[in-house]
Amino acid sequence: MSTHSLIAVVKQDCPTCTLIAPVLRQIGKRDESLAVYTQDNPDFPTGIANLIDDTGLEHSYRLNIETVPTLLRFEKGREVARTVGWHRGDWETVSGISPLGADLPESRPGCGSKSIEPGIAEKLAVQFGETVLAARRIEVGSLEDEIETCFARGWSDGLPVVPPTEERIMHMLSGTTRAPDELVGIVPPNYNKCTVEKVAINAVLAGCKPEYLPVVLAAVETALTEAFCMHGLLATTFFAGPMIVVNGPITREIGMNARVNALGQGNRANATIGRALQLVIRNIGGGVPGGIDRAMLGNPGKYTFCFAEREDDSPWESLAVERGYSPDASTVSLFAASGVTPIMDQASRDPDALCRSFAACLKADGHPKHANSPPPVLVISPEHTRRYADAGWSKTQFRDTLNQYLQLPVAELLEGVGGIPEGIRTKDKKTIPKFRNNTLHIVRAGGDAGLFSALISSWGGSQSITKEITP
Amino acid sequence: MKLLDPTSEQKPAQRERVTRPQSLDGLTIGLLDISKSRGDVFLDRIETHLAQRNLKVNRYIKPTFTRPAPIELQQQIATECDVVVEGLAD
Repeated sequence: MSTHSLIAVVKQDCPTCTLIAPVLRQIGKRDESLAVYTQDNPDFPTGIANLIDDTGLEHSYRLNIETVPTLLRFEKGREVARTVGWHRGDWETVSGISPLGADLPESRPGCGSKSIEPGIAEKLAVQFGETVLAARRIEVGSLEDEIETCFARGWSDGLPVVPPTEERIMHMLSGTTRAPDELVGIVPPNYNKCTVEKVAINAVLAGCKPEYLPVVLAAVETALTEAFCMHGLLATTFFAGPMIVVNGPITREIGMNARVNALGQGNRANATIGRALQLVIRNIGGGVPGGIDRAMLGNPGKYTFCFAEREDDSPWESLAVERGYSPDASTVSLFAASGVTPIMDQASRDPDALCRSFAACLKADGHPKHANSPPPVLVISPEHTRRYADAGWSKTQFRDTLNQYLQLPVAELLEGVGGIPEGIRTKDKKTIPKFRNNTLHIVRAGGDAGLFSALISSWGGSQSITKEITP
Repeated sequence: MKLLDPTSEQKPAQRERVTRPQSLDGLTIGLLDISKSRGDVFLDRIETHLAQRNLKVNRYIKPTFTRPAPIELQQQIATECDVVVEGLAD
C-alpha cells in the first residue's frame, strides 16, 4: 500500500475549482489515493472515484482550509505539502504528476473556503474544535425566550442584552490575542476572579464587536486598579460611576464618536464599551443597585459613559499625551463621573475672558462654597478651543490661567457665610484652590458648532488612571 | 439553546425561587380562584383557616382557567399581596 495520499478541497461555486476539475480527474486516474472533498455540491466534480461530501465543513475546518482549491500531500499520515489556488508547477510538485492541465492557464487564484465565511468559522470552532470556554452552561428552555432568560437571571442593566452563546463568545475572543483563561483582575464588590473569557461574555451581552474587546479589557483592568477604587465608587451614595475616555488611533479604527453628540447616544463603540464595563461590575463583581451600589440617585451615565477625545484636528496635545503617552498609543483613561453640567459662553472673544467665564461656572461644582474638590473633567468644545488656538495659547497656558481664576477667597466660603451652613473651616489661608492640587482634566470633544463646553463632576475617593490598550 | 454564564457562578445554575416568608404574620394573602370547578370551595376553606389566625386575605378571580391572568389582575395581586394561594386543579 502506498505511504502517501493526496487530498483536494473544492467548491463548485469557485471558477478556479471548475477550471481545474479536469486536472483532478487526471490526477485521480494516475493516483488512486486522491480524495476530493467538496464544500457545496456533493456531486462536484464528476468523474472522481473518491468524492467526499464536506458540506458540513468538518474536514475543511480540521484541515485548516482557507482557500479553494487546496491540494494537500500526506506522507505516513502527516501533511508534507499544500498548494492553494491553481499554479501548474506547484500542483505538479505536490501531486508528483506532470504534465498537469496542459491546456489550462499557468495559474489562477482560488476563492475563499466556505469554512472561513463570516460567522461560519466560530460555529465550526464550537462544533468541531476543542472547546476553550470554561464558563458554566445555562440551558434555556425550549419555550423560553433567551433575551427574557437574560433578564430573569439578572444579567441585564435594564436594557435587553445579546444572549451570550458559545459562537458569539468565540467570535468576541477573536478580537484579542490574550488567552481566555488569563486573569484580568479581581472585581469588587464581591472580589471575584475575572478572566478574559468572562469579560468577553459581558462584552457580548453589551453588544460589543470583537474589535472593541481590547478597549473593554483595558478599561476593566484600569477600573480594577487600587487607585481608581471601583469598590468605593460603586458603594458611594454619590452620583458617580466609571467614565471611559479613549485616545489614540484605535478610536478611528473602531469608529468611536468624538464629535457631534460625543457624550450622547447613537455610536455603537461608545455605547457598548462603557456598558460592558458596567456589566462586568454587575455580573462578575456582583455590584447591583440596592445591594452594594448605594447611589442615592445615580446618573444616566451608569448605563454607559464612554467617548473618544477629538484629537485629530486639535491644536492641543491630548489628555493621553499630557499623561506621557505617545500620540500613536491607544489608551483608556478612567474617571469617576457624576454627570454632565453645561457651561455656556457665547460672548467671550478673548481667551482670558473665556477663562474667567469657565472659572465662574466651575466654581459651582458640587457646591459654590466647596474647595479642594476632586478634580473634574472639563470637556472643551472645538469652538471654545479655537478661541485659544487663534490667540496662540497652549494648553498649559490655558490651564494655568484657569487655575489662577479658580483660587477662591476663604472668607466667602466659611461655614455660615451667606446664611449657608455648608462651607469650609480653614482660616489659615486667604485663598484656597477650588480643585484639589489645582488639578483639572481637560478633554476636547464635540461637534463643530456650539459655544458650549461641559463640566463632568468627579467623586473624591477615586483617582483618574490611564492605561495603554494592547491587542 | 445554551448560554454561557456571565457571572462569577456563585449562585446555583438552576434559577432560584423567591425566598419564602418565615411567617405569615403581618402579610397580606391573596387567594386566587382560577375559575376552575370547585376551586372556590377549596379557597373558602383556606380563607376560614386564615381568618381564624387574624390574617388579612384578599380574594381574586381569573376570568377563565384556560388563559393566563390578565395583566391588570397580575399587577393588582402583585401590588396588593405578599403571598398568593391558588387552586390549580379540580
